[in-house]
Amino acid sequence: MSGLLEGVPRRGLWLLAALLALLALFPVFAGGYLLAVGFLILYFAFVGQAWNVMMGFAGQLSLGHSLYVGLGAYAAAALYVHFGLSPWIGLAASVALCALAGAVIGFLAFRFGVAGVYFAILTIAFAEFARIGFDHFSWVRGSSGLFLPVANYTENDLWNLRGSPRMFYYLMLALTAGAFVLCHALLRSRMGYYWLAIRESPEAAEALGINVFRYKMYAVVISAAMTSLAGVVFAFYYNNLFPEQIFHISRSIELILGPIIGGIGTLVGPIVGAFLLTGLAEGLREMMLQLGIEVPGVKQVFYGLCLLLVIMFLPDGVWPPLAKKLGLHR
Amino acid sequence: MPVEIYLNVAASGLLTGLVYGLMALGLSVIFGVVRVVNFAHGEMMTLAMYLTLALFAALTLDPLLLLVPIAAVLFVFGYLLQRGLINPFINRPEHSQFMLLVALALILVNAQLIVFGPDAQGIRTAYSFDSYQLGPLIVDASKVYAALAALVVAAALFAFFRFSLLGKSIRACADNYHGALVVGLNVKHLYAFTFGLGAACVGAAGTMLMVVSDVTPAIGPAYTLLAFVIVITGGLGSMPGALLGGVLIGVTEALGGVLFTPSAKSMFAFGLLVLVLLFRPQGILGKKAA
Repeated sequence: MSGLLEGVPRRGLWLLAALLALLALFPVFAGGYLLAVGFLILYFAFVGQAWNVMMGFAGQLSLGHSLYVGLGAYAAAALYVHFGLSPWIGLAASVALCALAGAVIGFLAFRFGVAGVYFAILTIAFAEFARIGFDHFSWVRGSSGLFLPVANYTENDLWNLRGSPRMFYYLMLALTAGAFVLCHALLRSRMGYYWLAIRESPEAAEALGINVFRYKMYAVVISAAMTSLAGVVFAFYYNNLFPEQIFHISRSIELILGPIIGGIGTLVGPIVGAFLLTGLAEGLREMMLQLGIEVPGVKQVFYGLCLLLVIMFLPDGVWPPLAKKLGLHR
Repeated sequence: MPVEIYLNVAASGLLTGLVYGLMALGLSVIFGVVRVVNFAHGEMMTLAMYLTLALFAALTLDPLLLLVPIAAVLFVFGYLLQRGLINPFINRPEHSQFMLLVALALILVNAQLIVFGPDAQGIRTAYSFDSYQLGPLIVDASKVYAALAALVVAAALFAFFRFSLLGKSIRACADNYHGALVVGLNVKHLYAFTFGLGAACVGAAGTMLMVVSDVTPAIGPAYTLLAFVIVITGGLGSMPGALLGGVLIGVTEALGGVLFTPSAKSMFAFGLLVLVLLFRPQGILGKKAA
């Protein structure tokens, strides 16, 4: 544990502890809609962190992460609906399935030297392939959608993930905190340094004797496996799954906005990004509701503008300059 | 099923494929010179489609006559876009450029959703229900006109790059960026001009596509993906490759729709893309990457 804390500025630790305490106490004074927004923020912080392992650490741009969310969600939900298996068992299946999917995509791409933009398009192609495939996959009800049985729950059943939004909030908080610690550890491990070397220059990394293929594979598999966890929680939180939605490319784009806006390759970036983006988007929605304007697409235009402005004026994201201001940079 | 049905479907796929090819040609030209992957390509195409729709409603001109003004509008749009927004990103990392265009695509598609609404809209011309009979083949007149127009525009573009001085200077920029600077070419202007040309291609393709199909904002991203599939199959940066890829994907999708189920047809396009990326990443007519 002490190894984990090494090199983290004291002030940073206090801020982290304060943030964690605030998030843990949040459901005490927030319910209903606000709690749902809190869940969304944590959800995006988590998947952003998972995507960041691949792009931010190892430099492999994936634009098809909805594939892992969708596969993870469908695997656990189908096992629950068909066999009554607990999502915790389903989760093991989801992680295995997504790790395998990531390994297959990574193997095919990296073995054949598919890189850069081509790699990004390959990831989109696999996600789209899955979207259309699941539309015709009758075991999970195809395009008419897979629904989980819902009832009015008087108490939380953690084993079957049936219960109140508050339970899901804490589950997502635990996952997000866990992902943060895991990524911190990864980044400080030997593998983490290899990743950064590969991100900066694959040729130089290769020349230093790093097995580039193997470490890129680890990045994809770890990222995919982490993302699948979010899929499982998503399935049991929303209780319905449609291929057209969960595998859609707009979902892949949505989940990478947080880390890009927060700061690619940083640990805090995905969290800051999720807060900013979800907070602002929900605030905008609320404001439009108050004004009585109801136009679909406004939220996405807003996302687009945020992304555009950040990419143009803060190419490293919001967090790095903010960290400097707070005296947290090393 | 009799063989004629397959032949008919393949012919129809080939004609639509030529229009797809023109759209992809725009993407390929932009990438070949500016080295930027236009992630907002399909969204620019639906923009052209909506322009066609609006102008057709206002003027009731034949859409094929609208082709020239709409291509011109898209040219200006593309020129300004490259000059103002994309040019500062030319030396930024690949993913940074990609994100810029993803943001632009997001804004374009949803702005169209806000302005035009989510419903599918189409236009009906005097020849919408005409068809030609060629032996056992029956082909839609509108598809024939659209494909012919696509061929004419593509031929004009080939000629421009081959014979005109401007076209030659653009090719010089693509060949050797620093060399072009040294001999005093205005690379910034030429890049913007190229982006404009690519946008004009997609504008022309959008106008023609409006004659044969409907438009919704949601198909923008789908066309972006389709354009990627086509240029990567044909060879990113290769002009004949884009047309060939368009025809190939058009026929594959059409036949896939008949042989299996129409809703699964794009699976075949993506399947083809995966195969090409894995076994011939430079595309069928692409040059081996340096």
